[in-house]
Amino acid sequence: MGDFDYSVILDNLPLLIDGLKVTFLLTFLAVVGGIVLGTFLALIRIAKVPVFSWVAAAYVNFFRSLPLILVIFWLYFLVPLFLGRPVGSFYSVLIAFILFEAAYYSEIIRAGISSVRDGQIAAGRAIGLSYPQTMRYIVLPQAFRSMVPVLLTQAIVLFQDTSLVYVVGLKDFLVSAELVANRDQRLVEMFLFVAVVYFIFCFAGSLYARHLQRKLSA
Amino acid sequence: MNYNWDWGILFREPYFDWLVEGLMWTVSLSLCAWVIAFALGSVLGIMRSCSSRPLQLIATVYVELFRNVPLLVQLFLWYFVFPELLPDDAGRWVKREMPMPALTTAIIAIGLYTASRVCEQVRSGIAAVGIGQRNAGKAIGMNEWQVYRYILLPNAFRIIIPPLTSEFLTIFKNSSLALTIGVVELTAMTRQIEEYTFQGFEAFTAATVIYSVVTFTVMLLMRVVERRIRIPGMIATS
Repeated sequence: MGDFDYSVILDNLPLLIDGLKVTFLLTFLAVVGGIVLGTFLALIRIAKVPVFSWVAAAYVNFFRSLPLILVIFWLYFLVPLFLGRPVGSFYSVLIAFILFEAAYYSEIIRAGISSVRDGQIAAGRAIGLSYPQTMRYIVLPQAFRSMVPVLLTQAIVLFQDTSLVYVVGLKDFLVSAELVANRDQRLVEMFLFVAVVYFIFCFAGSLYARHLQRKLSA
Repeated sequence: MNYNWDWGILFREPYFDWLVEGLMWTVSLSLCAWVIAFALGSVLGIMRSCSSRPLQLIATVYVELFRNVPLLVQLFLWYFVFPELLPDDAGRWVKREMPMPALTTAIIAIGLYTASRVCEQVRSGIAAVGIGQRNAGKAIGMNEWQVYRYILLPNAFRIIIPPLTSEFLTIFKNSSLALTIGVVELTAMTRQIEEYTFQGFEAFTAATVIYSVVTFTVMLLMRVVERRIRIPGMIATS
């Protein structure tokens, strides 16, 4: 450990920060997309629309049985094939993450919606709101408030999962660090640095999620 | 969309053998990693719930460390960094002379990572058995070890069969990460088939079907196991 070279980290800081930006951007877009699609799936399942509910359930169980890397490979292969032209790996990876994470988010959101008492739905219908309106104005706002800590925890998982873009070589934080590591032959420094940075963000995030959870249950 | 379908490719040599071999590596990697995760995770879960402060602290630090660094980064730490930190001879042994370095490293890395998750499941299982049972054990004169051995653990492990099943399936899916350090397991094999034949659809479909079938089979099997060893009179809620 004596020859630990801090300068390789400092010298390459701009490159590493660019990578970190990609990681954060991907996480943010995937969280938003995942929650939107996940809410949609959860609502379909809860509303018990014939056939559609079954399709949504099948979607969730199907994606949850697959490794994320396989889904990334699938989309990396499919997206250009469908569009008929090559696109950057960022978009195919983003679609993979949204499709994959929506399955997990939908389970969280379904549990959140189920935790709102059904009297609320009856009350909404009684004052003349339609079913979609009841969901939109009464059930979802309450459900989401109680879900924030769990959604945040899932976002941290997703943040860690984005490191898997490594398999298609998208220049996120890990891949940028790996490029430097191999170029300067500084694997020890770079990988330890990457681990520390991930740890700081994830640990801080999980402490905050726990704080929110306590505030909710208080 | 221009694509030449050829499903027969999956049953032709050598690709069929590749799939079988890939599945074999995936399964053996998952099972070996699960042994580590289950054993260590159980010990950690007991430590986190026991009455000794130092043991609680050690287990808590372990869980936070392993849960807050991406598994892929941990895999690289074990594969590229760990041997460098050892004395020269030991480092060389880990890197090259050890039997199947990449596979062994992947097993250990995935096992240690999942142990932190199993620990949390075991801890919540023990908590679900309840403080009343713990006190009852103490009241009839059992020491702490006996309370765990005869009361808390036999109940806790039955309660947490469903979450432990999903932890095992998480290992099964996470075993695909081993391809990044060169273990040619199922996902890597299908990628290889795609690169050799350009039949990506067929190759990835094969992997997708295999993963799903194994997952659903394990789930059905564990549901039967769960029903057979359920504790009578318990709904198994916390």
